[in-house]
Order: sequence, then structure tokens, then C-alpha cells
Amino acid sequence: MNGVHDMGGMQDMGPVRPEKNEPVFHAAWEGRVFAMYIAIDGDWPRGSGRYQRELIPPADYLRMSYYERWLTSLSELLIKSGMVTRTELETGVAQGGNTKDRHMLRVDEVAPMIAAGGASTRDVPLAAKFHEGQRVRAHNINPAGHTRLPRYARGKQGTIVRDHGVHVFNDSFVQGLGEKPQHLYSVRFAARELWGPQAATTDSVYVDLWDDHLDAA
Amino acid sequence: MTTTRRELLATALTAAGAAVTPPLAAAQPHDHEHDHDPDHQALPSDVALRTKALESVLVAKGLVDRAALDALVDTYEHQIGPRNGARVIARAWLDGAYKQRLLKNAKAAIAELGYGGAQGEQMVVVENTAQVHNLVVCTLCSCYPWPVLGLPPVWYKSAAYRSRSVIDPRGLLREFGLELAADVEVRVWDSTAEVRYLVLPERPAGTENLGEAELAALVTRDAMVGVSRVGASHEGAHA
Repeated sequence: MNGVHDMGGMQDMGPVRPEKNEPVFHAAWEGRVFAMYIAIDGDWPRGSGRYQRELIPPADYLRMSYYERWLTSLSELLIKSGMVTRTELETGVAQGGNTKDRHMLRVDEVAPMIAAGGASTRDVPLAAKFHEGQRVRAHNINPAGHTRLPRYARGKQGTIVRDHGVHVFNDSFVQGLGEKPQHLYSVRFAARELWGPQAATTDSVYVDLWDDHLDAA
Repeated sequence: MTTTRRELLATALTAAGAAVTPPLAAAQPHDHEHDHDPDHQALPSDVALRTKALESVLVAKGLVDRAALDALVDTYEHQIGPRNGARVIARAWLDGAYKQRLLKNAKAAIAELGYGGAQGEQMVVVENTAQVHNLVVCTLCSCYPWPVLGLPPVWYKSAAYRSRSVIDPRGLLREFGLELAADVEVRVWDSTAEVRYLVLPERPAGTENLGEAELAALVTRDAMVGVSRVGASHEGAHA
């Protein structure tokens, strides 16, 4: 989706403002939202929260703080999946129980869960379509749904610099269309290819892209 | 949300036995400083209440356990942060064989120091030299190597950083106080997949006699993202 989340190359967003001695969370509620999103055994594909954040209308997306987007996306996912109702969230009072029989993360499971993570690699014997050093062109696509191919790289030529192995294809997976595992690559794009003569000839941008994003150039 | 709905929420939460909501002013200590910055926009006054409501519902339904939430917050506030990454960098500066392992298979080398897991399932370390400067961003979202840097700062997730890093990295670095010579190659790494990137900064001159802990104390979070260099004396990775 050509949403406002796809920010690479936009201009006039103002200066970057680092905060000295920044706390991890700026208010207690931010930590709670973060923890709930990590802890919940959601009845949705892993990574859906991110897609849900992309669905926040552009003006709201820009107005909201980072963790307000998390709160909004988590709430929407819970409602869409039938794990809670909008009325429950509006009143703060539960009407029913754990209707979907989801697992409740116990405190003793927190550290093992963080240590284990959730690998997106898949042990599938799939041949790579491209090899290191090969010239490729990113597809010129404008899908209405989720994609990891940023607008600024679409239609541009680059070079495969590293094969990251076989990964779940997020474009497909978070929309409930299956994992479609395939090779993921680091693709180097010359800054001039992306931005024209205003960019330095020495510079480049590396983007991680999947087989289904690329053609041989 | 209307005032009426806020009152309804507050009443319902009290009835549900939730902790009393702290004054919103106290919950949002930084808003007054950044009223005109979209990434520090004053929060809608109901956001803390909405969070309380959500937590109350999820706890009542048996979907989350408050103690587990406490543990998650504590982990990322106090245990997992840029000190981890700083140890990795200091080790790489002192041990050439370790550095080679780190550049070849970052996940395995970082695991040697006991770090790994969520949001670091696959990691790549890129090396800064006199001729090459690396910079990490996630233009689409907020991807960041949690096991070695913890959770990202607000500026990393900001529209300003995400938009400019790829189109004007030199101008952006100048704002951070880093002026790169024209013949230095800038490599921007946009974390569009599940691979997480960490910059191995250059070891500063004048640190030849320092040990691993002293070196680690010099390494900053910003240097490991690529928006600054490591100085021979600095406040350390918390900055």
C-alpha cells in the first residue's frame, strides 16, 4: 500500500530531534502497550500488528505517537479476530472469557520466549533465483495490501550483495495468504539510481528484498 | 473520545478494580516540550485510559498476566539495551578472530556473549572504516536489533529520520554533528525484512591501552546505529 508509513525519500518532515538521556518508555502506559502486544497469543499471523499500523489513516498515523499506533493496531487486531469486542474496550469491562482458547503467557515463560524469538527463516530446500553480484530490477508494483518493497526502490536496478537464505514472504503471510518461503537478499542500489544527480556517486542504499520482488536486469 | 466516554471508562475501571489512573499530566512528562513535533505530538488525553481499559479486559479474560507484563517492561527497561552491543563492539576491537566471526555470522558471534532472541533472529554487522560509513534505518517501520541495542529511541522511529536517511544521509549525519568527507562511501541499510543490522564503529585513536570494559564504556548507541562516531572519551552507550 502506498501509505504514509512508506516514508523513504519524503522531504520536509523536519529536523531529527534526539532526546538526551531518553527513557525506554516515556510513560507507564507505553510500557504496558508494548508488553501486551508482545505477550498476547494473538489469533492472527505473526507480524500483523505492523500491517495493521499501516492501515491507520495517514493523518492519524502522523498525529499519533509510536505507542499510540501500537495501542490502536493491537485493539483493532483483537476486535477483528474476535478475541475482544469494541464494547469491552470502550467500557474496560470483559463480557466473556478467553473465547478463542489462546495461551496466556506466564511470568516464567517471558525470558524463554524472548530468548527463543521467532525466526522467519524456513528450512526449505529452495534454489535461489539470483546470485551474489547479479544485476536485478525491483518490480514496479503498487499493491493495495502489505509489501516490504519500498516505493523508492520500485523499478530501480540494483545488485545482489548477499543471500540471506529462505525466509517467510511477509507480503503474503501477514495478509493470510500463506508463508510462501523464498530467498531473501540484500540488494545494493546506487544512490544515483534512486535519487538522480543530486546524490553522491559514492553512496548507496541496501534494501532487503525477496525473490518475488525481483527480476534479472 | 468524548469527555463523557472518558468518564465512563474511568468509572468502569474503578468498578473493575483497576488501579487508579494517574493524572495524565504526570503520565506524559514530555509532551509540553514538543507540542509542534509530530513525533512528540501531545497525546490524546484518553490514551492512558484506553490502555488501562485494554489491560483490564485482557486480564479479566485470561489473555494476559499482569506479572508477565511487568517482567516484559522490566526486561527492556533494565536488562536488554545498548550496553550489550557495546560489549560486542569492544570484543571485536580487541580480538581480530572474534571480529571476523562477527562480520561473517553476526548472530553466532553475538550469541558467544550470551545475546540473541527476539528481533535478533538474524543479524548482520557492517563495519565502518576510514573509507566506508554505514547507517541503519527502517523506512517502513521501526526494525532495530533489540538483543544488542534494546528498543529504539523516538528519533529512530520518527518521520524525519525514516524519510531523510535514504535520500539525504549526509545532510542527516551533519545534523548529528558528523561531517563526512566527499570521498567516504555512505552505505544506508534499510531494514525492510527480518534481518537486523548493527554498525561496528571505528575504534578511536588513543585507546590502545584500554581494556574491554573501558572500551565498551566508550561505545554509544548512536555509533552502533551509524549516526555518530566513537570518541576517545564519551559518556557511553546510554546516550
